[in-house]
Amino acid sequence: MLLLTFSDIGLIVTLVIIAAGLGLILKLALKGKEIDRRIIFIFIFFSVASPIIFQIKFSEKATAVVKSIYDKIDNLPEGSKILISFDFDPAMAPEVQPMAIVLGRHALIKGHEVVFMSLWTTGQSLLTEIINEYILPDFPEKQEFIDYVTLGFKAGNEGVLKVIATDFKKMFPVDNNGRPLDSIPIFDGVKSCSDFDLVISIGGGKPGPKEWILFVTDPSNIPMAVGVAAVIAPQMYPYYPAQVLGIMGGVKGAAEYESEFIGNYERFKDMKTPGLLTMGPQTLAHTVIMAFIIIGNIIYFRKRKKEAKS
Amino acid sequence: MRRQIPFALVFIFGTFMVFQYFVPHETSEWIYEYLLDWIAIIGIFALALGIWSFYKVSVDKIKDKNEDWPYSVISLSGLFVMIFFGFTARTGESWGFYFPALLILTAGLGMFTMAYTETSSSKSKTSAMIGLGLIVVFVIISIMDNSWNFYFYTQEGLKNIAFISFFEHIMIPIQATMFSLLAFFISSAAYRAFRARNLLSSILLIAALIVMLRFNPYLGPVSGLMADGADWLINVPNLAAKRAIIIGIGLGIVATSLKVLLGIERSYMGKG
Repeated sequence: MLLLTFSDIGLIVTLVIIAAGLGLILKLALKGKEIDRRIIFIFIFFSVASPIIFQIKFSEKATAVVKSIYDKIDNLPEGSKILISFDFDPAMAPEVQPMAIVLGRHALIKGHEVVFMSLWTTGQSLLTEIINEYILPDFPEKQEFIDYVTLGFKAGNEGVLKVIATDFKKMFPVDNNGRPLDSIPIFDGVKSCSDFDLVISIGGGKPGPKEWILFVTDPSNIPMAVGVAAVIAPQMYPYYPAQVLGIMGGVKGAAEYESEFIGNYERFKDMKTPGLLTMGPQTLAHTVIMAFIIIGNIIYFRKRKKEAKS
Repeated sequence: MRRQIPFALVFIFGTFMVFQYFVPHETSEWIYEYLLDWIAIIGIFALALGIWSFYKVSVDKIKDKNEDWPYSVISLSGLFVMIFFGFTARTGESWGFYFPALLILTAGLGMFTMAYTETSSSKSKTSAMIGLGLIVVFVIISIMDNSWNFYFYTQEGLKNIAFISFFEHIMIPIQATMFSLLAFFISSAAYRAFRARNLLSSILLIAALIVMLRFNPYLGPVSGLMADGADWLINVPNLAAKRAIIIGIGLGIVATSLKVLLGIERSYMGKG
């Protein structure tokens, strides 16, 4: 017996409506009529809203560039020190926040000691929200200062990076709660960023992953991974694989990592996967855009043919 | 003299930082780290300057009744309210007079702003007096009310529910909405721009479609076939172009830095 879920029905209905609409537009295009941009807006709205309403998800498989980050965290010995910098703002959050959540979970489940910080003023609140609402509820056994610590935001952009590259405690004498770093067990034996086993910067603006590479990880030869917004990903490829061991680009990168993570950790099989969930709207919107590009070219060639005839 | 001293400072410190990179001596490292402390100090001054500049620009807009000046009132209110939330936190069971105190403080600061923007001197004086009175009331409330307190040296304010709520329910949706709107305009632009007008635009169009197909899980087998092509596009032509741009930018930075150090490029000093 064929059992259809709410999500399947939603996907079928959405695809039928979009296909019918595009078919109608194609018919007009064959007559050489241009499409009003408001029609494009309606299609984009529908293709983005529908997968969110119907919770349409796709399966993903990690590509080499994402898998290398996953493998690095997975293969580091327990108790390794990982620094994760949340260098993003709310505008970028829908794309990179899923990365921050899954990376935090992965690092903690492997028993690594995680240090969270931010170079963006708006990153501090996002950092607190992500840790308290998404990551820590899954790890009630983890203790602050022993398993993880939050340093919060520090003003100074590249200046902060220049300093922590050589002396971490000079720039961060205390943590987010005002506790001296000297009294925090995670910071035993940590002088500079070189004492971390892995540095991850999640963001895409300035200061962000690029500045981390230029000022900290490349000069000190520290393993570095980045999670960036999709538009920034092509700018990161020149640094892969020499300066960065892996890149998570946009929602796609987050979804790949999530799928690898839930596939390997039974405990998180049913966890919320915002990356995979956001791939629905993105995929459908991309498909619609591709269809419009093709239709646009049909209109263009029809017009050119008409002009050549006349 | 007003110009020579900054030039000399830029030349001395800039040249030092250039040569320091190549001198791995202990003294050189110490001076370098000492200078890095200055960056944090300068950063704090820049923050104060930024807030003052924002305040001045907004107040001037209100004073001159420029187009959209009411937005400046909202901006200033946002600035003061968030600063207040960031430096205060609840200590008692209830909020007490926290929000009335905030309203009085905002009104007081608003009256001071009005006093500054008012053209008539008598009205300006009245506004300033009312503003002063409101500030005094605010100070009395903040001393008498034990249900909340100021925290200037710890980060209690950042855990203030009002601060968090404003950030989560105003700031995040506003920024996310602004960014989301791009999807609509990009779609419309892609429809109009990606047309096979000539050979180069055709190549761009095909490359874009291959990369988009590669990221599309709907089209499983097709995206599998496209993966190699998309990877080649990203790793070869994209990488070559990006590296060329990065090297070009690097050389440009070196040239510009030299011009700044030697005093040829002086635009950073403004009108001087």
